[in-house]
Amino acid sequence: MATMTKQNIGNILAKQGILVAFALFIIAFTIANPKFLSVDNMFSVVRSSAILGVMALGVTFVVISGNLDLSVGSMMSFSTIVVLDLHDQIGPLLAIPAMFAMTIALGAFIGFLVGYLKLNSLIVTLGMLSAIHGLTLTYSGGKNMDIADKDGTWFSVFGQGTALGIPVPILIFIALAAVLGLVLGKTAFGRKVYAVGGNGTAATFSGIRRARTVFLCYIMSSACVATAGLIQASRSLGSQNTVGQGLELEVLAAVILGGASLMGGSGTIFKTVVGVLILGFIQNGLLLLGLQFYVQFVVTWVIIILAVWLDIAAKRGRLWSPIA
Amino acid sequence: MQPGALSDALKKGAIWGFIVLELIFFSVAGEYLALSDKAFMDYENMLLLLKQSAPIGIIAIGMTIVMINGNIDLSVGATYAIAAIILLDSMTWTVFAGLGDWVIPVSWLLALAVGTFLGALNGLIVWKTGVDAFIVTLGSMLGYRGIVFMFNGENPTSHLNWTLVDFAEAQFLGFHTATWFLAIVTVIIWFVMTRTVHGRNAYAIGDNREAAVNAGIRVGPHVMINFAVIGFLAALSAVVFYSESGSVNPNDGQLYELWVITAVVLGGTKITGGAGSVIGTIGGVIAIQLLRKGLGHIGADTSTVNLVIGLILIAVLVLDRQLNVKGKEELKV
Amino acid sequence: MTDPVLRLEGIVKTFPGVRALDGVSFSVMPGEVHALMGENGAGKSTLMKVLGGIHQPDEGKIYVGDTPAVMSGPLEAKAKGIVFIHQELSLATELSVAENIYLGELPRSSFGRVDWSELYARTDAILKKLNVGFNARTRVGTLSIANQQMVEIARALTVDAKAVIFDEPTASLTDAEKVVLFDVISDLQASGVGIIYISHRMEEIFKITDRISVLRDGQYQGTVNTADTDEEKVTQMMIGRKLDLSRNAAHHELGKVALEVRGLTCGGMYEDISFQIRRGEVVGFYGLVGAGRTEIAETLFGLRDPSAGQILLDGEEVRISSPTDAIAKGISLVPEDRKGQGLVLGMNCRDNMTLPQVDDLKAGPFVAEGAEVAIFDQYRDKLDIRTPGWKQQVGNLSGGNQQKIVIGKWLSMHPNVLIVDEPTRGIDVGSKSEIHKLLRALAAQGYAVMVISSEMPEVLHVSDRIVAMYSGKIMRTFTSEEVTEDSLIQAISGLGGERAA
Repeated sequence: MATMTKQNIGNILAKQGILVAFALFIIAFTIANPKFLSVDNMFSVVRSSAILGVMALGVTFVVISGNLDLSVGSMMSFSTIVVLDLHDQIGPLLAIPAMFAMTIALGAFIGFLVGYLKLNSLIVTLGMLSAIHGLTLTYSGGKNMDIADKDGTWFSVFGQGTALGIPVPILIFIALAAVLGLVLGKTAFGRKVYAVGGNGTAATFSGIRRARTVFLCYIMSSACVATAGLIQASRSLGSQNTVGQGLELEVLAAVILGGASLMGGSGTIFKTVVGVLILGFIQNGLLLLGLQFYVQFVVTWVIIILAVWLDIAAKRGRLWSPIA
Repeated sequence: MQPGALSDALKKGAIWGFIVLELIFFSVAGEYLALSDKAFMDYENMLLLLKQSAPIGIIAIGMTIVMINGNIDLSVGATYAIAAIILLDSMTWTVFAGLGDWVIPVSWLLALAVGTFLGALNGLIVWKTGVDAFIVTLGSMLGYRGIVFMFNGENPTSHLNWTLVDFAEAQFLGFHTATWFLAIVTVIIWFVMTRTVHGRNAYAIGDNREAAVNAGIRVGPHVMINFAVIGFLAALSAVVFYSESGSVNPNDGQLYELWVITAVVLGGTKITGGAGSVIGTIGGVIAIQLLRKGLGHIGADTSTVNLVIGLILIAVLVLDRQLNVKGKEELKV
Repeated sequence: MTDPVLRLEGIVKTFPGVRALDGVSFSVMPGEVHALMGENGAGKSTLMKVLGGIHQPDEGKIYVGDTPAVMSGPLEAKAKGIVFIHQELSLATELSVAENIYLGELPRSSFGRVDWSELYARTDAILKKLNVGFNARTRVGTLSIANQQMVEIARALTVDAKAVIFDEPTASLTDAEKVVLFDVISDLQASGVGIIYISHRMEEIFKITDRISVLRDGQYQGTVNTADTDEEKVTQMMIGRKLDLSRNAAHHELGKVALEVRGLTCGGMYEDISFQIRRGEVVGFYGLVGAGRTEIAETLFGLRDPSAGQILLDGEEVRISSPTDAIAKGISLVPEDRKGQGLVLGMNCRDNMTLPQVDDLKAGPFVAEGAEVAIFDQYRDKLDIRTPGWKQQVGNLSGGNQQKIVIGKWLSMHPNVLIVDEPTRGIDVGSKSEIHKLLRALAAQGYAVMVISSEMPEVLHVSDRIVAMYSGKIMRTFTSEEVTEDSLIQAISGLGGERAA
């Protein structure tokens, strides 16, 4: 019996380990600084996580389909710069759909390469990281982009506005998470994403168009990136052309932290949201403790490895790798 | 000829063919577009190109063996920055104050030791936890970068030692110090990978891990050694570069992993492991450096370099796929 | 009598929920070829893993010579003189033949260098014995599968082996290569090595082995002298009853021709294939592995493009470009490789079963989960699938239940033509006969069924007609009345079968 209970605890830890860790963190931070659990602070955490979070939602689809997307950071810089530039040229009403179209075109290109041409997604998106970065620099002429009339535009609503007392970025994040959660969990498309990532050959043998499914995952991912770019642009109304640099790795960290396997076939939108919030709360908690921003890098490192390690340790039934 | 031999030969020679193409293109295009009237294939210019290839090249050699072994290391840029800071910072430490110029080898050794340790730490985690190297090094890429910032916040760390600068700027038989380091590292690692038991076992592990395990090859130590080597080489790269420049920003080395992986893939190393060569990687490094210099030569700005390199990387994948395309009767999965 | 080179005593190995090995004991004498037989899943591979130190036994002992041995891993097993020749090739294809043969034991010289001259000399000496057409420096990736197998076999000759275990060594060898292999085995035998020979091929077993040990469901069934037994008795030990070679007698009323193939050719895989399947008819395709049967099925399912020929469904010529297309045209394929092609092991039972029709089961924008559960329940009852519930991950089910999920998946599509490829591979006897009954029942309902199988009893049992294939060609088509075991074996061996439509 004793072993049974031990196993059960092990199982719970393995399945919900990340939530348990999350809870422990919150308790620890709250004890250290009671402000941590205040509503204001909660809002500020979620708001500052919104951009990362929106991107992570899209990448979740890509990762579950068994692929990677390392290009989302530079793609986000691209969409931010483009929408800011077009804002002054053709007005916000046209700039937003134009930016979405351009960003999604990039996503479609990646989707074509990885889905239809079956190229290795790591290398393709690594190449696209570089290529899109170059594209952004060329587009902006290497300069920062600013909206001329910062006070007179309604464009700021996506990043700075509030509705029902809640900041708009949070609302966008929650709404998108809800919608994409349903798409992934409840629709035929979502089912196919899991099937393609779980066993692509079996999915093909079941009449699922694997290439198209992967293609659509990258479309989803780029649409989320465009949304993140919109929030970013609207919040700052001006931007450097490297604003998204390095975000691809934080996004991936959040998705992995949520428990999606890089092998594909597992993960959920809910778990990704948890992963995003964990990253956000750690960052926030460490700042409240008076630590520098870079301490969070080190803490994130430890947490990512522990999370993935415990996950696979539970699956193989032993802590240490059996490899000699 | 065996089936596939043609595509094999094409692939092995491809990178050098590409380099020749670049040389021809930039020489010809340079005639019309160049801002200066200096020829592209100038002797001095080529020597400089080799020197500038060294920092990325030395790390790329390490990445080659890690990738042949079936892993990847995303943390090299951060390791590079840490080693650079250790190098420059330690020369000012009061413990070493009495050493005079003897502080140089001490600082070098210290930097190299730290790099080796950080690499070995990655390897140890990969070995003992069984977590995928991609995730482990993705994590340590963040973690090591955090450590970089801990030294001096967001301020640069600087220390110029003129003896060191002289050494770094020296030329021997025409080649710069950095070029010599790249050449020596290439020869040694080439020897290790093609001639030693460790090297051959590393290939075997990347090629067919289960077979290697079944044959009693101890996968873990080999993996860890290769990670230690890439850590050492990332530090060596920093040592070579910062001995001359004398100042390091906490963001230095960012995106190096991207350049390095690009060079290795261009050089023909298989992404899944088991195949590749350091010679090919040198080709990849030179090809990228030529492209950067060449585009500068014909007046394109730096942003174009990123665009072109990204697209070339993808084009290589597409080409590779086309060369290996199966008959139309093959199973469509 | 001399002492055995290798002796197993009361080996027990359990995995959660399964007693994979239950008191297995047998011994191998020096100079003996000892066959180990059993159906798929009988425990042969687990036993080999215990012997190789990949699994540790829960109970029992292994003796090498007369000293008890604990195997910590393949390397230790090899050091003790126990060498494995694996069925699945475990070669590093980018490395040379010599490096593969001495994998893990490259001869060293100073500074950790490989002693190449020593390596090549030793390897070439071994290769000479095997009489193969390649040398130590050849890259393994450039060799044919059969030659790669020879490299695998060459590994056994590198050490002073006490016992060599061959796991299905002839699966991919040609007849000429088999002769070489058997010569190698008799050489080993002559030098006093004990050999464990795992194979399904009766004719080989009776040709080269001295004794036969049989496992069934993890239990040791006994050891017999090959000379004192025959195929029938061994089969009986393996499956626990007599081999049922009865032919299908009852025919259903045949409807129109559902599927017709004319002169279908696909590269070097098969050529000029013509046959018809009527509604209500089961047509069995029998032949050796590699005869081109699976490739025909894959072509019909849109997974390969034929280079010539026509496919007609209900009399109309069609072009099938993808599985999606095939499904839309009413073709279903239960594929050969259940885990690789049939199932997403990490998904639950219900989702696997409804995967091909997930687009059609709609409730508004979402998948109609109620309808899915209804489909699952229907086929669970119909096929007697044993699972705690639809939420169970398919990877946790037994082989037979997994196969039933795949069959249920395709039955629920209500196809016109059902193709099943090795429908009972690796599943237990009880499930087998259920699946056979099911295939007959489906034909009775008016399905056109194409059964590909490498098991003669199965083909005889379910088919109204049997198509015998050899090396990509149809040799002969039999009706169930005219077929005999001998004529069938002749036809699939490429001997004297006159072609008949």
